[in-house]
Amino acid sequence: MAEKALIRIEGVTKRFGQFAAVDDVTLDIAEGEFFALLGPSGCGKTTLLRMIAGLEVPSEGRILIDGEDMAGVPPNRRPVNMVFQSYAVFPHMSVADNVAYGLRMEGVPKAERADRVAEALALVKLDGLEARRPDQLSGGQRQRVALARALVKRPRVLLLDEPLSALDAKLREQMRFELAQIQDEVGVTFVMVTHDQDEALALATRCAVMNRGLLQQVATPDDLYEYPASRFVADFIGSVNLFEGELAVDEPGHAMVTCPTLAAPIYVDHGVTGGTGTTVWAAIRPEKIEMLHRPEGGLPPTVAGVPAGSNVVAGIIRHIAYLGSETVYEVDAEGGARVKVLRPNVARYEERGFDWDEPVWLAWHPRSPAVLLS
Amino acid sequence: MRREAAGPLDYLARWPLRLWIGLVALFLYAPLVTLMLFSFNESKRNIVWTGFTFDWYFKAFRNAGLLEAFTNSLAIAAIATAISVVLGALVAVACWRFRFPLKPAFEGVLALPIVVPEICMGVAMLVFFARVMPWPAGLPWPFNLGAIIIAHVSFCFPFVAVIVRARLASFNRELEEAAKDLGASEWRAFIDVLVPHMRPALVAGALLAFTLSLDDFVITFFTAGPDTVTFPVKVYSMVRFSVTPEVNAASTVLILLTVALTAVGLRLQGRDMARSRGI
Repeated sequence: MAEKALIRIEGVTKRFGQFAAVDDVTLDIAEGEFFALLGPSGCGKTTLLRMIAGLEVPSEGRILIDGEDMAGVPPNRRPVNMVFQSYAVFPHMSVADNVAYGLRMEGVPKAERADRVAEALALVKLDGLEARRPDQLSGGQRQRVALARALVKRPRVLLLDEPLSALDAKLREQMRFELAQIQDEVGVTFVMVTHDQDEALALATRCAVMNRGLLQQVATPDDLYEYPASRFVADFIGSVNLFEGELAVDEPGHAMVTCPTLAAPIYVDHGVTGGTGTTVWAAIRPEKIEMLHRPEGGLPPTVAGVPAGSNVVAGIIRHIAYLGSETVYEVDAEGGARVKVLRPNVARYEERGFDWDEPVWLAWHPRSPAVLLS
Repeated sequence: MRREAAGPLDYLARWPLRLWIGLVALFLYAPLVTLMLFSFNESKRNIVWTGFTFDWYFKAFRNAGLLEAFTNSLAIAAIATAISVVLGALVAVACWRFRFPLKPAFEGVLALPIVVPEICMGVAMLVFFARVMPWPAGLPWPFNLGAIIIAHVSFCFPFVAVIVRARLASFNRELEEAAKDLGASEWRAFIDVLVPHMRPALVAGALLAFTLSLDDFVITFFTAGPDTVTFPVKVYSMVRFSVTPEVNAASTVLILLTVALTAVGLRLQGRDMARSRGI
């Protein structure tokens, strides 16, 4: 990475008894990033965040913030602040007192305190609600209080623990947009924990995917989606068709995967450093598969740039799920695999739409499949 | 009379239920009301009503022995309550927060003073202060009440501990973590976040401890020396000669005092509860 690492996590392990919640994680987070820790529940992402905050102590390894080893530094002396999942707004204090709390602990003079509280509340659009008590606020407003309360301290890093999970869908979308805006405005490094891949993809500049305490992949959202490093990542981020097979051809410029559950081989336009004969998984996203009508006795369509017979397979539509903006088709492909195909509904109706139990051709571009070794 | 089927909340509108409530209230409060009414009775005996008077109140207030007993009781209750609340709250926090060896045993033993019959506690205290730790005689007031205060604390603080422990179960640990994250030390987080959360329980515990201490007879009777008298003990000795309206008057004052305190406590608690609801 070009920029200087603001947070450096070096071989950090956290054990609870025998169980390793975080297992030997090494990770750099740069200044100004919006970094997301993504993974299913129980993958250790929250534990990792809490270790950065100082609320948990690593069993092994060390965490550096701004080049300084944080071992032995209690949470109240770290240049980080956190927005908790439950927001943890102090129920017996007014909104203004909540936001001022951190400044009071710092010993900021009263006049400056008032200015900074007003500024922070304006940032999260809560001006005018200073005197309210938390029980008079909605969930979204409480979250803004938690956000203002953390940001008013001008931390080097803002930690967010599942910031949007408790909000309803509409509000979540709005808050997502606002979070990005706020981060842009204050320029503070954000580290967010989430189990929601949409949230991570939409907000983060970089994501770390974790599973069972292990770091799976660290990449930008588009790399994560288009170039997953493993089956776990491919499956966790978005929807995917995974075909287990054998690497039949592996040249620098192209490769071929043959799958027992797919009648046609999968041809890709890049080499795989696996060696022929190894077991691999071809991952193809549902939106990257093209579906065509298959009239009785018709010839298969040809895909440009691939050997004849590959990347095209016959199938029958078995299930249709209409989702408004798109439709998901489940197709039984020749060979036995059930393949998901996604088509955007670009017009309100189609002259010749697809129907249940209709015979179709499935075809994909040689650039579309990702060949995974694990 | 309305003929429609009554909803669950409408049952109170029907006469059998109202009658029932009336009977319950009568059963509960008739003795107390009688006691209070007869404190205004002119007659020296608590049997026939002869006329209204405040004399017994004046008389009670001029009765030095009764007054001394009353002040003693209030002092004992106040001091024992203060100690019990602090001790009980700390015990509750310790049990909630930490793991330590023999914790289940400790928590069990803690409840013992609640379940052990008072008479046994009384005898135990008697033996303890007679043999193990005699309380020095002739100390100035209120130190001469030390033995009684210690005895009262010993059976009051477990109640506080139990109430506070129950309240702590609903505490969101993230609040404390948030305070620390914002720069509070361990102690400041405790004062700023945990104590406000415990407040309703502290108030309830204090009220309970105060009333328990104020009207305790058995344990006090065994612990008190010859020259320290508390209100219940004094009333008991007065009643042994005759039940005069003076006793009624003194008791009425005590009842009003406890009712007022309870009302204040409930109000405070209600406000705190309302504030922390839904967070």
